[in-house]
Amino acid sequence: MESGIYHTTYEADMALRRTPIQKVRLAAVIAFLLIFPFFANSYYLTLANQIGIAVVGALGLNILVGYTGQISLGQGGFLAVGAYTAGLLATRLGVPFWLTIPIACVVTAAVGGVFGVPSLRLKGLYLAIATLAAQEIIQWLIVHWDAVTGGVEALVVPHATLFGFNLNAGNSDFHWYWIILAAAAFTTIFTVNLFRSRVGRAFVAIRDQDIAAEVMGVNLFTYKVLAFAVSSFFVGLAGALTAHYRLIVTWERFTIETSITYLAMIIIGGLGSVSGSIYGAIFITLLPALLNSLGRSLSGVVPGIAGLIPMIQQGVFGLVIILFLVLEPEGLAKLWRDVKDYFRLWPFSY
Amino acid sequence: MTTAPSFATVSQLAPGEPQLVVEKITLSFGGVTALAGVSLDVRQGEIRAVIGPNGAGKTSLLNSISGLYRPQQGRILFHNDQEYNLLERRPDQIARLGVARSFQNIELFRHMTVLDNLMLGRHIHMKSNVLDCGLYWGRAQKEEVRHRQVVEEIIDFLEIEAIRKKPVGTLSYGLQKRVELGRALALEPAILLLDEPMAGMNVEEKEDMARFILDINEERGVTIVLIEHDMGVVMDISDRIAVLDFGRKIGDGTPDEVRANPEVIKAYLGEDHG
Ligand SMILES: Nc1ncnc2c1ncn2[C@@H]1O[C@H](COP(=O)(O)OP(=O)(O)OP(=O)(O)O)[C@@H](O)[C@H]1O
Ligand SMILES: [Mg+2]
Repeated sequence: MESGIYHTTYEADMALRRTPIQKVRLAAVIAFLLIFPFFANSYYLTLANQIGIAVVGALGLNILVGYTGQISLGQGGFLAVGAYTAGLLATRLGVPFWLTIPIACVVTAAVGGVFGVPSLRLKGLYLAIATLAAQEIIQWLIVHWDAVTGGVEALVVPHATLFGFNLNAGNSDFHWYWIILAAAAFTTIFTVNLFRSRVGRAFVAIRDQDIAAEVMGVNLFTYKVLAFAVSSFFVGLAGALTAHYRLIVTWERFTIETSITYLAMIIIGGLGSVSGSIYGAIFITLLPALLNSLGRSLSGVVPGIAGLIPMIQQGVFGLVIILFLVLEPEGLAKLWRDVKDYFRLWPFSY
Repeated sequence: MTTAPSFATVSQLAPGEPQLVVEKITLSFGGVTALAGVSLDVRQGEIRAVIGPNGAGKTSLLNSISGLYRPQQGRILFHNDQEYNLLERRPDQIARLGVARSFQNIELFRHMTVLDNLMLGRHIHMKSNVLDCGLYWGRAQKEEVRHRQVVEEIIDFLEIEAIRKKPVGTLSYGLQKRVELGRALALEPAILLLDEPMAGMNVEEKEDMARFILDINEERGVTIVLIEHDMGVVMDISDRIAVLDFGRKIGDGTPDEVRANPEVIKAYLGEDHG
């Protein structure tokens, strides 16, 4: 809370960015995002695009896990539904890319909603296992239903064109940057709005005290299934973007490991936090890249380290998650809030 | 300017008409019989207390009314524009009929602010769907502002202006009880079920709470079902009192009648003094 600032109408009081500092900070971030691609080389653009897609997927997962309190290990499976739906529509039926994306979102939302039905009866560990089943069923279907999905063969997706412009030709990372930025911005704004109004409030109420929510008139079944569907909608968006951006879809990218990586993003970033989802997506996407370049620069000094990088990566990954769970359960978002609070009162820290 | 709807009751009944009729309900958990053929009526506009020693079945009775427990026998009828059988309905459907409650062990949404807890109380009166909310265009925003006005009225009434932006988990016990009352009021109930709203409070907090309950009842015409251990308060503010003991109703009547009931005296003071 910024002290000393009063708002005269409820509209102003309910606005998102309320103080000049917040507005300036937001403007700076937007300016950076708009200028960045003109100066970044393709390595950084690729990283930025990976981050953008991860932001969409992490926000989707956080809607379900962090905000509604329904644990999910099915993230990889739902990403796969989005990616395969978009990829197959484009490959087999020649549906234009811009149309495959909303269809993929809706299909994934429906699939997510169906796998959300057990959440009415199951909680915690039991729900985790049910969603793990979703993950495995989807993966099994992709591998074994090869007449449609191509099975273990990689699905090669045709180039995406928009108004006759080939997005995947030439400086494709630069083109996709804008598409992915738009998707991430839309997802962010949608999520922020959702959780400052009726439906999002019902989700959070279910997480905090489901019985009280029900007694206050929230239909638990509808809202739990809805949370799965909304979450999966955005996870499907992330999957569909991956398909068209990478031009190749394989089941190996959507295993339980992917589910856990995404859970790591929202745990490290902050459960039930929009900014946390973004920080987490950035952190987890950059971590392997950082470790890689660290390994490369050390390989002269410590021979053979390059071969160990994947293992070190796993270790650091696990360590970071454990550290956050133990030391800062509210994640990077909380850490950042603490830093801000410290400086708001500085130098009078009482 | 939109005019703010006030949190008045939605009951269609005249004062004194039977509003809630509990008919011979029996509720058991395995071998434990929490309620054994309990009947009880609550009239529109009254303050109806339910008392009894620990484990008598008071909370079980409220849980049965709000749909959280399913008695194996009996009926619970709620009258408003028509008669509703509550045993056929889910808790969220019962809430929509205008039945609100508080819990013995505060069940607030801990991480949400006071405002958001109360706004959730408006859930059944709002219509925005997931698309309206995510896009926050026109309808959703207007609706949020309109219901924020109702919630602010309740905040003024309960004198909790200073804490409206605080997460409820950080508040004192007494304030949390008050917020929980506010959340129930936000539902615009026709009948309000309060499970030990004054437990664990100091004298001053109890006086405030008693005043709020009386105001809600007298000025807004909301029927109150009150479970409370503090006999002073109960005798003072209730119109009629039902006494439960070991899942049975052992007394029912005005405070004076109940005070004079030998069975009640026995249950409260123990066999030795009977
Ligand atoms: N969910 C439950 N499962 C099993 N037994 C229960 C359950 N709820 C209540 N009981 C039992 O039913 C009986 C009545 O309990 P209840 O909570 O209704 O009493 P109470 O009158 O509210 O008591 P207190 O004054 O302590 O709040 C007790 O024996 C209790 O153990
Ligand atoms: Mg009780």
